[in-house]
Amino acid sequence: MSKSRNSVFKMMVAAGMTLALCGSVGAADKAIKIATQSPLSGDQSVVGVDIKRGAEMALEQLGKPLADMGFKVELAPFDDQANPDTGVANAKRIVSDPAILAVVGHYNSGVQIPSSEVYHTSGLVNVSPANTNPKVTTRGYLEVNRIVGRDDVQGVVGADFASAKGAKTAFVVHDKTAYGQGIAEFFKKKAEENGIKVLGFEGTEEKANFDALLSPVIAGNPDVVYFGGMAYQAAVLFKQARERGYEGMFLSDDGFDSSDAAGAGGATLTSGGGTFYSTVSGPASVYPGTAKFIADFQAKYKAAPQPFAAQGFDSMAISLKAIENAAKANKNEVPTREAVAKAVRELKDFKGITGNFTFNNIGDPEKALYFVIQVKSPDPAKWSENEVVQTLEIAPPK
Amino acid sequence: MKQFLKRINFYELVRPVGQMLTFSVGSAVCMSVIAVVLALILDQTYIGADIMEKYRVTLFTYTMINLPQVVIDGLTIGFVYAAIALGYTMVYGVLEFINFAHSEIFAVGAFVGVEFLIALGSAGVLSGASLPMAYAYLTLAIFLGMLAAGGLAVTVERVAYRPLRGASRLVPLISAIGVSFLLQDVIRLVEGVTTGQFNRIFPTFGNFDARIIFGKLAMGASKITMGISVKSIIVIVSAVLMLVALNYLVNATRIGKAIRAVAQDRSTASLMGINVNRIISLTFLVGGLLGGAAGVLYALKFTRIDPFVGFFPGLKAFTAAVLGGIGNMTGALLGGIVLGMLETFAGSYMGVFTMGAAGSEYKDIFAFSILILVLIFRPQGLMGKHVGQKA
Repeated sequence: MSKSRNSVFKMMVAAGMTLALCGSVGAADKAIKIATQSPLSGDQSVVGVDIKRGAEMALEQLGKPLADMGFKVELAPFDDQANPDTGVANAKRIVSDPAILAVVGHYNSGVQIPSSEVYHTSGLVNVSPANTNPKVTTRGYLEVNRIVGRDDVQGVVGADFASAKGAKTAFVVHDKTAYGQGIAEFFKKKAEENGIKVLGFEGTEEKANFDALLSPVIAGNPDVVYFGGMAYQAAVLFKQARERGYEGMFLSDDGFDSSDAAGAGGATLTSGGGTFYSTVSGPASVYPGTAKFIADFQAKYKAAPQPFAAQGFDSMAISLKAIENAAKANKNEVPTREAVAKAVRELKDFKGITGNFTFNNIGDPEKALYFVIQVKSPDPAKWSENEVVQTLEIAPPK
Repeated sequence: MKQFLKRINFYELVRPVGQMLTFSVGSAVCMSVIAVVLALILDQTYIGADIMEKYRVTLFTYTMINLPQVVIDGLTIGFVYAAIALGYTMVYGVLEFINFAHSEIFAVGAFVGVEFLIALGSAGVLSGASLPMAYAYLTLAIFLGMLAAGGLAVTVERVAYRPLRGASRLVPLISAIGVSFLLQDVIRLVEGVTTGQFNRIFPTFGNFDARIIFGKLAMGASKITMGISVKSIIVIVSAVLMLVALNYLVNATRIGKAIRAVAQDRSTASLMGINVNRIISLTFLVGGLLGGAAGVLYALKFTRIDPFVGFFPGLKAFTAAVLGGIGNMTGALLGGIVLGMLETFAGSYMGVFTMGAAGSEYKDIFAFSILILVLIFRPQGLMGKHVGQKA
C-alpha cells in the first residue's frame, strides 16, 4: 500500500516538474517581474498590504502597453516585515532573479536604506512610495527614487504647525528607528529655532507600558507632545497620556497615518487639544486624480485604501512606464536594469494620480506635497475622513 | 457553618496579604529613599539648574511631587509580574525546569479575553452595558482567558514535557523554547486567518478608563494631578485576590500538601500514594490560570496586544522569579513587586537625573542587571534556600 502510494507520488512530482519546466521555457524570453517590498505581516501590515494592493491594481490597469509589446509582466510581492534584516534578505533574493526589473517598495526608511544598498550594487531601480528619511536619496544612487517628501521638511512642517498653534513647550518622543528618530530630530531642531522649549527628547521601543516614560511628560505639562514613529505605538502612548490627565495637543508624523491609530487611541485622540499629524501622503481623496482609484480599490478589496496605497499605485505606474520606454529603446526586447534605472530619471512630468513627477538628480521629486491633518473621529472606519488643515508644496532642500 | 469556618485556616489568608503589604511598602520606601537622596545630591550640580530652568522647581521638589504616582505605577506592573512569575516558580518548584512557554500561555490568555470582549463589542452589547454588567463581562473575559491558558498549559505539559521527563535537564528546556515559538506563530496564524489583524485593541467600555483624582499639586508653572485609574485598581485587586487564593491552595489544603510533597521528592511522594502526574498537571493548570488572568489584566491596563506580547513581560517575570529565588512562591511575589517598582522608578527618574542622556528607554537595563547581580552574588535568590542538586 505504502509503496504504491509512494510511486504515485513520485510520478506526480515528476509530472509537475515537467510542467513547470515547460511553463518557464515558454515564457522565459519575454517575462518581466516587478517586485514589491512592504510589511505584509506584523504590526504595520495594515499599510504595507495596501501598498502592495495599490501596485497590484496599477499593474492590472496600466500593464497593457507592455503586454501589447509581447511582455508578460508579473508582480512579485515580498514581505519585509518592517524589519531591516528581512528586507535585506529579500533584496538579495530579488536581485538574483534576472526577470525582476524594478522594485516598488518599502514602507519603513530603516528597511529601505540597507535594502537599497543591495539594489544599488546590482543596478536595480527602486521607486519608493513612502520612505521619507533624507538618507534614502542623499546617498545619490541612480537606482533610488521616491515620489514623496522628506523628513527634513516634514519635521519642519510639524514644528512650524506647532508654533502656529501657539505652542510654547514640547516633549518629543521617538521610536529609535532611522525614520522616527530622524524626523523627531528635525522637529526638535526647528521647534527650538521657533522658540519652543523642548522639555525632553526620549526614544523608546516600549509598546505597551508607557507609565514611566509619561512621568516627566505629565510633570512638564507641555503644550505639544510630539511622537516620531508609527501609529500603533504613538496611539497607545497618547491614550495613556490622556488617561493620566494630559490635556494638550498631540502631534505626530506620517507614520501615524493608519486607521490602527484610531483603533488604539479611540476617543482620546479627539479630546483635549486634539491630535494632528504631518504627512507626505494626504488621504487619497485630496488628490484630484484619485477618485477612480478609490472607487476601483473599494470594488476590488472591499475596503477604503489606507494611506500610501495611491502612492503604491503611482510607484508601479512609474516603473511600468520606465520599463516600457527602456524596452522601446531596446527594439522591444527586455531592457537591462541599468536602462530601466536611467529611464525612471528621464521621465518628465509623469502624470500619476497623486501628482506629476519629475525626479531631480538624486531621485527626489522636484516638488512634494506636505499636509497637516487633524483626527476627526475615534472610529477606525472613518480614518480616511480626517480633515486636512494645511497643505504645502515644498521643493526638497539642496 | 461553624464547622466550615473552623476548617478555614485564617492564618494562611492573612499571611500573604501581610507579605504583600510589607513587600510593597518596603520596596516603595527603599526606592523612594534612593531617588530622593540622588535628587538631593544632584540638586547641587548642573542637573539641578537644568530642572530649575525647565520646570521652575528644584530637583528635590520634582522628585517628591512625582513620587506617589511613580509608586502606584510601579505597584501595578509589579503585581502583574508577580502573577506571571508565580507560574514560572511553581513549575520550577515541582519539575526544576524553566517553562519558557509560559510567556505565550500568558499571551493566549490575553488574546482569548480580548477576542471575547471584541466579539461582545461588535455584537453591540458592550457600548450600552451598565456598570455592573461591564464588570460582569470583564470578569467573564478574565475567566475565559484563565480557562484557555490553564487548558493550554496542561496540554503543553502533557504533549511536550511529560515524554521528556526522564531526559537530561536541558532537553525539556529546549522543548519549552520550541513550544514558545510555536505558540507565538500559532496565535499569529489564527489571528491572521480569522481577523487579518496583528494588533488587537482592548475595547473601551465600563468606567475602567476613568481616574480617581486624589488632588492637584502645584509644581512651578504647571499643576500635576495625582490619581489612580480604575483599571490599575482592578489589576492590583485581582492580582492580590489570586495570589491569596494560590497561597491558600498551596499552604492550607490537601492538594497543596501534595504539591509540596512532589516538589520535595517526587519518588517518595509517589510511594506515599500521591499521583505524581496528576499533581504536575495540576501545577501547570494553576500556573496557567494565573498567567491567563494576568494576560487579560495586562491587556486591560495597556490596551494593545499582539502575538509577541508575552515575550517581555514573560522575560521580566522570569527575572522576578529568579530575583526572589526560583521555586519559592513568596520570593516570586517579592521579586515581581521589586522588579516592577525598580523599573518604573528607573524609567521615571533616569531621564531627569541624567538630563535626558539616558531616558526611560534604558529602564530594562536595571531589570536585567539585577538578574546578573543576583546570579553572581546570591544565586539562590533573595528568599530562596540553597539546595544541593537533586539527583
